[in-house]
Amino acid sequence: MADTLSVKLFNKQAWGKYGDSLKFAFYCMTHPLDGFWDLTHEKRGTIAAANTILIATIFMRLMKLRYTSFIFLTVYWEELNIFLYIASILFPLALWVLGNWGLTTLFDGKGKLSQIYMATCYGMLPYPVIQLPLTVFSNFVTVEEGQFYSVLSVISLIYCGLLIIAAMGQIHEYGAGKNLLFTVASLFAMLVIIFILMIFFSMISQGVMYFISLVREFLFRL
Amino acid sequence: MKKRMSDNLIRRAAALIGAGLMAASLFAGTAETARAATHQFGYTYNLDYWGDVQNSPDLYTPCMVLTSADLGLEVKMNAPQGLTMVGDHLYVCDSGNNRILDLQLNGTGIPTVERIIEGVKGVEPATFSNPTDFAISEDGNIFIADQGNARILKTDPDFNFILQFDKPTDQALDPKLVFAPTKIVVDTAERVYCIAAGINKGLCKYEADGTFSGFIGATKVTFDFLDYIWKKFATQAQRAQMESFVPTEYDNIYMDHEGFIYACTGAVDREELRNDKADAVRKINLMGNDILVRNGEWGIYGDIHMGNAGGYEGPSYFSDVTVFDNDIFVCLDRNRGRLFGYDDQGHMVFAFGSNGNMDGYFRRPVAIEHYDHDLYVLDTLDCAITVFIPTKFGATVYRAIDEFDAGNYVTSGESWQEAIDMNGNYDLAYIGIGRSLLRQERYAEAMRYFEVKYDDENYSKAFKQFRKEWVESNIVIIVIVLLALFLIPLGIGRFRKIRHDIDTADIFIVEGSAANSSKEQ
Repeated sequence: MADTLSVKLFNKQAWGKYGDSLKFAFYCMTHPLDGFWDLTHEKRGTIAAANTILIATIFMRLMKLRYTSFIFLTVYWEELNIFLYIASILFPLALWVLGNWGLTTLFDGKGKLSQIYMATCYGMLPYPVIQLPLTVFSNFVTVEEGQFYSVLSVISLIYCGLLIIAAMGQIHEYGAGKNLLFTVASLFAMLVIIFILMIFFSMISQGVMYFISLVREFLFRL
Repeated sequence: MKKRMSDNLIRRAAALIGAGLMAASLFAGTAETARAATHQFGYTYNLDYWGDVQNSPDLYTPCMVLTSADLGLEVKMNAPQGLTMVGDHLYVCDSGNNRILDLQLNGTGIPTVERIIEGVKGVEPATFSNPTDFAISEDGNIFIADQGNARILKTDPDFNFILQFDKPTDQALDPKLVFAPTKIVVDTAERVYCIAAGINKGLCKYEADGTFSGFIGATKVTFDFLDYIWKKFATQAQRAQMESFVPTEYDNIYMDHEGFIYACTGAVDREELRNDKADAVRKINLMGNDILVRNGEWGIYGDIHMGNAGGYEGPSYFSDVTVFDNDIFVCLDRNRGRLFGYDDQGHMVFAFGSNGNMDGYFRRPVAIEHYDHDLYVLDTLDCAITVFIPTKFGATVYRAIDEFDAGNYVTSGESWQEAIDMNGNYDLAYIGIGRSLLRQERYAEAMRYFEVKYDDENYSKAFKQFRKEWVESNIVIIVIVLLALFLIPLGIGRFRKIRHDIDTADIFIVEGSAANSSKEQ
């Protein structure tokens, strides 16, 4: 067992593949259409690299809280729940991947669930890449110069959004119009999932409450 | 991003206020603790950056409560409405008894009643009917809002009638409306500004000769677009039921030492206050525009947590305002019986008081005046004037502010440090120290104080200077580093190029070795 682990850990070829696929994320960032096509069709991307980018994004978002100058971001630490904060990325991501997959499989999408996840994570790369220097930068500016910060911050998000949309189009082999249509449809699918989840949870809690009150009543009458 | 108000917070604040009231009712039971009533938890508070209520040591303590008996009045005061401080004379409009009391202050002793003014000479009717406000111009002429007689009287210092101001001659006014002036102020040129019941176009302005010259400073009319659409579909009767989009009337006015009029109103909506659509207090200039500085994190409308607690709900109802010479203004909240002090930048300096029957508590406070930094609050139900004097903490805060205004930044900073020693939760003190350090050009320290209390504007000012100084003192290193950043990669590139040129130069390629390598292939 230990043997296989060490083999895995020191497998130079696997690490090389991982390193290449991670480097390829930067290529996707600058050449989205070409890059995301090769990501799945040429098998240039790996799930490991996607996970790394996701973790980097979450880590960056957390670091941003602490290290951004208070001029741009003040945090009410007393009420900050770090797990909820992490979930604020993971939950929409999961909804998006599921919603997108659920729809596109029905409409000739060529991407698999894992590929959608991978491409979406690759699309999030601009966030850590732009936010890291930006967070450092925020500590060297005054309020008047703050426009740079705000604009760049918004750009990082828009960049991510555009990359993800482009990525979806490439891995599903959709044209521009169909891609946009399914982007919007995926957003609706996310809403539907939330709705179903809410119904599900309220039903479950009602059901549980029913049995609890039944047992209570029973004990009461004994 | 910055302003954040969660329900949780409001609940916490409400619980705090509730606890305070409960403690108050417990203490009220025992006679010996009554004197210490104002020192209890939650009487004085302030808001921090987040809008959380931070309990504070008292800035004011009630020095005395003047009732009719204390003043030695034969006829007890009845529903007094107005309070005016001129020099060291305090004029009380004893509206219910149709008279005006002239009190001479005696330091911290009980004021003496100098005169009881029952009427004026040279006009019919000579007596007052429900006088609600009183003013004296710089020339010593006296102005009285005689509400019941629908007039504002102007008399000489001996109460000989000079002229009277009547209902504004404005076409837009309802002819059936009876002129009922409630509050007046007089400027240096003896122009009169008055609030009249039922007139919502702003303040009525009269020239010195008694002619009406227009309305100024009407509140902005705000309306909801949704409401507007609803109104389009509503029937006549329904529309009448709805609130109409009209400016709100002011409740009280005060003219500060620079001639600006502070006007306050209590008829404000909670949501409009929170969205900056309505103002509880305005500072009106000659053009009638609002020039009140609102740089505080929270709006100037008293309590920002308006939970229903202790039987009170809704926003603070500002019934009067008074302005110190250092531009700190104190608003009187009739709803919860509180006094709110704000500085010239709109930061809350203090909030204290409550409703109740003990000293320092109110039932229906209607008017506030100040003498130096002492506050005089008139309660119309109690028919009493409560005199507040600054505590050690309050005096320290005022000293710090006054020293700063006078340009003594070092002593100001020291006073603020004293204030912090008494109340570590006092945001103004940290920012005050920061500002004092900023003026002393100790930028790095100033930045630390500003950062603690999230003052981004001042922090930026300090940081800008700090950055400039840093760049100036490290300019050599910066230039070297920049040059290095350019030259080293350039040098490496050059070096590689030369090496490459040497390696591939024709003269070094030996015939034999080339032949050898071709053989190997």
